[in-house]
Amino acid sequence: MRPVQTIHALMLALAATLGANAGAHAAGKLTVYTYESFTAEWGPGPKVKEAFEKECACTVDFVAVADGVALLNRLKLEGASTKADIVLGLDTNLTFEAARTGLFAPHETDVSAVKIPGGFEDDVFVPYDYGYFAVVYDSEKMKDPPASLKALIEGDPGEKIVIQDPRTSTPGLGLLLWVKSVYGDDAGKAWEKLKGRVLTVTPGWSEAYGLFTKGEAPMVLSYTTSPAYHLIADKSDRYKAASFDEGHYLQVEVAARTVNGAKNPLSAQFLKFMIGTAFQDAIPETNWMYPAAATSAPLNPAFDQLVKPAKTLALAPQQVFENRKNWIDEWLLAMSK
Amino acid sequence: MPFRARQLSGILALVLLSLLAGGALMGLVFEVLGGVGGFTGFDSYIWRIARFTLLQASLSTLLSVILALPLARALHARPDFPGRSMILRLFALPLALPALVAVLGITSIYGRNGLLAAGMAYLGMHQIPDIYGLTGILLAHIFFNLPLATRLILASLDTIPEDYWKLAAQLGMSEPTRFRLIEWPAILRNLPGIAGLIFMLCVTSFTVVLTLGGGPRATTLEVAIYQALHFDFDIARAVALTLLQLALTLAILAFLGLAGRPTEEGQTFRTTTRRFDDPERATRLFGSVLIACGFLFVAAPIAGTVVSGASADFGRLLFEPVVWRAIMTSICLGAAAAFLSVLLALALVSSREHVATARGYGPARPLERVLDLGASLILVVPPIVIGAGWFILSRHYVDPFSLAPVMVVAVNAAMAVPFAFRVLRPAWDTMAARNNRLCAQLGIAGWTRFRLIDWPGLKRSLGAAFAFAMALSLGDLGTIALFGNDTVQTLPYLLLQRMGSYRTADAAGLALILGILCMGLMMLADRAQGDADAGR
Repeated sequence: MRPVQTIHALMLALAATLGANAGAHAAGKLTVYTYESFTAEWGPGPKVKEAFEKECACTVDFVAVADGVALLNRLKLEGASTKADIVLGLDTNLTFEAARTGLFAPHETDVSAVKIPGGFEDDVFVPYDYGYFAVVYDSEKMKDPPASLKALIEGDPGEKIVIQDPRTSTPGLGLLLWVKSVYGDDAGKAWEKLKGRVLTVTPGWSEAYGLFTKGEAPMVLSYTTSPAYHLIADKSDRYKAASFDEGHYLQVEVAARTVNGAKNPLSAQFLKFMIGTAFQDAIPETNWMYPAAATSAPLNPAFDQLVKPAKTLALAPQQVFENRKNWIDEWLLAMSK
Repeated sequence: MPFRARQLSGILALVLLSLLAGGALMGLVFEVLGGVGGFTGFDSYIWRIARFTLLQASLSTLLSVILALPLARALHARPDFPGRSMILRLFALPLALPALVAVLGITSIYGRNGLLAAGMAYLGMHQIPDIYGLTGILLAHIFFNLPLATRLILASLDTIPEDYWKLAAQLGMSEPTRFRLIEWPAILRNLPGIAGLIFMLCVTSFTVVLTLGGGPRATTLEVAIYQALHFDFDIARAVALTLLQLALTLAILAFLGLAGRPTEEGQTFRTTTRRFDDPERATRLFGSVLIACGFLFVAAPIAGTVVSGASADFGRLLFEPVVWRAIMTSICLGAAAAFLSVLLALALVSSREHVATARGYGPARPLERVLDLGASLILVVPPIVIGAGWFILSRHYVDPFSLAPVMVVAVNAAMAVPFAFRVLRPAWDTMAARNNRLCAQLGIAGWTRFRLIDWPGLKRSLGAAFAFAMALSLGDLGTIALFGNDTVQTLPYLLLQRMGSYRTADAAGLALILGILCMGLMMLADRAQGDADAGR
């Protein structure tokens, strides 16, 4: 026996005697792994939990990690012994990789209620919301915002934009894919040109948006729905999203059952509940994204004022998975010149 | 204490620290051996960022220490300077601030929309200050480390016995002579350690480097480690990069170790800030200007934070139970980490001194060097690596989330040990040099000695070390972010959560609360020191 295995066996024995059996499902309990902003007290989590618990007469246990990427990492680390029944919060850039782990089970749910621009079909993952990446600008400082990605790239280098790093953040990767889907093989050249306009590249969304609201730059990479927050919560229309002619890159957030979770009847019930009105009603003004299915009432009028992309851009999850590393290298090369 | 016990206590502390870091690395290595995929080697990208990491860290360290030297001297020469104790408390604050808060504070002064830009525009200058790049990184690192270096150098100067100043005044020593013969040896004793500590803090810089660096040319190894572990889930690469970071840092520390010559401690009894030299007007004026500049440099970005924090809706914020829970969680975890940290640091400090005393006048022995710098190495093992490693080790046996509070306390305590060590060492070494022979003669040892002899003299430094360690733990995020769940929400965690969901004003308000908490802590520590002084 190798030493690792010995320690392993000893610790297992210890755990067993302590009665800390992690695998079993308690009766009437659903464990949902998700990201932190979902379970925050202003997030959709509390509302969703209350509504589903009323419906199923069970307990919902949220386990929150930092973000969608951390969610997949956590699942990979836990492997088949995971306690998660449902994993909620992956986006379409991660689904291919997630499916390859073999840890997820088909949803076996009627998803005809789901309406995603450009359509969405998957046996495993069920979408619960979506949004578009957009350049958000400060209308007090910028009277003439760029009307296309091309205009952004070729515009006045004195008017700066703050973007996120594709090596460490989801929006950063989003912009990378956006430029890729518009410029294809010329993406590197586009980045070289855009570089002059980039004030700085932050590790995450918070740093970029913080610098933007501090007035360090008149533009930031965010979502088309960002202005809705300022309209509803701050009663301000100062921050607007710029509509781009080439279209906007789509982000779809999804949930799925784990293989373990498929044995728990509550998991199928939850996926069905997720695309119903009780869940979807909570999404727009807590997660600040568009609902993936019908809500019981029309959205807050603020959402009508938002940019509605003429064209939806999205690359296939498999293509993203296979090329991400090369594309990031291309970005690094162009941005480091 | 018996002859071997003290040496052992230090070694035990080191073993605990290396177990924390080494265990995590082992956990990751086993995972790789278990078939996650091997390590493919370093590419030119890694060497480029390694070079940048070392460059920015060396420059940051050099500038912080060079600027701190005259500032600490000026502060030492002017114990009566108005507001001096407030300035020193303020100097503990930057380390307690989450990097993002500090970065925003710095841009509110030096940024394109900052106070400086506004001032320049007012004066009719049309140039917009551009700090994004190496300038911004250095600015932020000096903001973090100049106050730290100043406090630590000041602690070294405080160990110079009163009689030296008396004698220097009697002999009519000139300012440069006094510096060369009296102050420099006292500073030099601790300088390699101080520089090493700052160097390690800058090596592992992440948010500051990316956010103010202006683009991916400014990337540190820490960023690559985070990318490998978080985004690419390439454990082998993360381990290899961590080892590279450790090796490079060790090489620099070894170089610093060679630069620092060991000197002897003074052996007089009293430690005091009273000085008998009567500096000239010009010197005094220069000192005042220096202190004012140092104060402004540190205070301005903090003031920037305070101003944006003051606009927060405190009426609502202070009535949110979740805010109070976070404050309590932060205080409890911080206090536990600080206590553990001071205990470990004390073991290391006393053990190092014991070994050093035993060797007499010869060159430092390896064990002494290891005890001096070894503990600091924990700083260059990224918290995310420690977190992931222990997660892997523990996942089959316990619920990793239930481990969160333990991990947070352990990692924060470990990360604060190097700081507590630097605060304690000058005081401990001085006490030992003064009392060792007398105690040996009188046969006072062990607990009795600690209680009767060491404790009264060490109280101040222990209080300061505790406050420092706790301030550091209050600001930490690294571990929480990985293990964090809804049951362990600390103040900085809550702050970043609000920041990440458009609630910028709330976040600024929480930063202000964090800052006030930290200042309060420093005032308590000073109060305790004041009592200690009165009791003498």
